[in-house]
Amino acid sequence: MKIIADTGKCVGAGQCVLTDPDLFDQNEDDGTVLLLNAEPEGEEAEENARTAVHICPGQALSLA
Amino acid sequence: MTDVEETTATLPLARKCPFSPPPEYETLREESPISRVGLPSGQTAWALTRLEDIREMLSSPHFSSDRRNPSFPLLVARPVRSEDDSFRPSLIGMDPPEHSQARRDVVGEFTVKRMKALQPRIQQIVDEHIDALLAGPKPADLVQALSLPVPSLVICELLGVPYADHDFFQSCSSRMLNREVSPEERQTAFEGLRNYLDDLVTKKEANATEDDLLGRQILKQRESGEADHGELVGLAFLLLIAGHETTANMISLGTVTLLENPDQLAKIKADPDKTLAAIEELLRVFTIAESATSRFATADVEIGGTLIRAGEGVIGLSNAGNHDPAGFENPDTFDIERGARHHVAFGFGVHQCLGQNLARLELQIVFDTLFRRVPGIRIAVPVDELPFKHDSTIYGLHALPVTW
Ligand code: SF4
Repeated sequence: MKIIADTGKCVGAGQCVLTDPDLFDQNEDDGTVLLLNAEPEGEEAEENARTAVHICPGQALSLA
Repeated sequence: MTDVEETTATLPLARKCPFSPPPEYETLREESPISRVGLPSGQTAWALTRLEDIREMLSSPHFSSDRRNPSFPLLVARPVRSEDDSFRPSLIGMDPPEHSQARRDVVGEFTVKRMKALQPRIQQIVDEHIDALLAGPKPADLVQALSLPVPSLVICELLGVPYADHDFFQSCSSRMLNREVSPEERQTAFEGLRNYLDDLVTKKEANATEDDLLGRQILKQRESGEADHGELVGLAFLLLIAGHETTANMISLGTVTLLENPDQLAKIKADPDKTLAAIEELLRVFTIAESATSRFATADVEIGGTLIRAGEGVIGLSNAGNHDPAGFENPDTFDIERGARHHVAFGFGVHQCLGQNLARLELQIVFDTLFRRVPGIRIAVPVDELPFKHDSTIYGLHALPVTW
C-alpha cells in the first residue's frame, strides 16, 4: 500500500494527523499535509490510512 | 425557478425532541432525498438528506459559497447586507481560488500541533472557571459559568481581542444568530460588531506584534506587500463568532447528553482516551450548524442522479446526513464507540471547519476536567424544561442549571 497526497487539494484540516500522527503531519506554514510514511505496514497502519482517505475533506489523499 | 407548489417542506424545520433532528428529515430522505423546499427568504432550494449526496455536493467545484449572491439560499428572512464594501465576508463566503489563498494564509495557525501547544493554557482557564463554579452558589448556570467563557477567552487570546469586551460582542453575535430578531436588529448587531473589529484591527495595524493571530496576519500581509484591512476585519469577525458560539453550545449539549447517558459517561471516566470518540459522536448527534452547508450551483450538475441547474440553491442538511442509516447504523442511538469520524458536522470539502481541532481540544479538556472535578454534577431541573435554542441558527442551550 502506498499513500499519495495531493497538497494542491489539501485544506489543512488535519483530519489525517488526528487519524495517525505516525503517517501524517502538517506543514507549519500553510497547514498542508506532510507524509511521514507513505508506505504503511501492518494491519493497523493500513486501516488508519484507509480511514484518513475516507474522511479527508479535501479528497487530497488516495491509495495505490 | 420551480413553483412553490412543488416544494415538499419549508425550512428550517423544528426539532421535536431536543436530542434528535426534525422528524421530517427521515421522511424526506426515504421519499425524496433530493427535494425542493421553500425558505423564509421566499426562495426555493434543493434539500439534500443523504450523507453521500451531501459529501458529493460539498466536494464538487460547481457550488458557490458566495453569500452575497442573490442565488445563495438563506434560512433567515432577509440577508444581512453591508452598505460598506470594505467589509469582506471571510472564508465561509469565498470561493476558490480566492478562498484557497485566504485559507492557506491562516490555516497554519490551526494545525493539530499548534492546537496542542495551547493545551496548558486552556487547562488553566478551565480549572479557574471550575474553581469559581465550586466556590459559588448552587444551582449555577453552566452556560455562564463554563460553556461560554472558556471558548470565548481562548479565541480572544488567540486572536488578540480584549476579553473585557465580551458582553458586547457576545450580545451582538447572539442577536445575529437568533432567527426571531427583526432584520433591522440583526443589521444593527452586525454593524456594531463590524465597527468594533474595524477599530480593533486599525489599532493593531499601528502596533502589530507576533503575540496574537491578528498581529501575525498583519505582519504577514506587510511582508507579502498585500495589506488588506477589509480582509482582516472579515477574518476577525468570522473567527470571533465561530470560535465561541459553536463550542459553547457543544459544551452544554454534551454535558446534558453525557449526564443523561450514565453508562457512556462511565466509559469516559474509566478511560479518558474515549473522550475524543465521545466528542465525535456528540458532534454527529447534534450537528448544531447545519445551514453552514448551504451553496448554490454555478453550473448544471448532477448530484445523486438529480440534475441541479446553475443558479439553484442547495442546502446540504448535514444534520439529516449525520442521521442517515446508510452512514451510521441505528443513527438515533447515542453510542460513543461507533466510530463517527466521517460525520459532516464540521462540513466537508474546502470549507471544512478551520477551527475544528481547537473545538475538539476545548471539548476534551472541559469534559475530562468537569466530570473529574465535579463528579456529583447533575442537572437542576427536568431535562424537558431546559431552554434549548430552537430559535437560533446555531443549536444549543440558552441556560443549563446544574448542581452537585
Ligand atoms: S485530512 Fe486531507 S485536507 Fe486535511 S490536512 Fe490531511 S490531507 Fe489535508
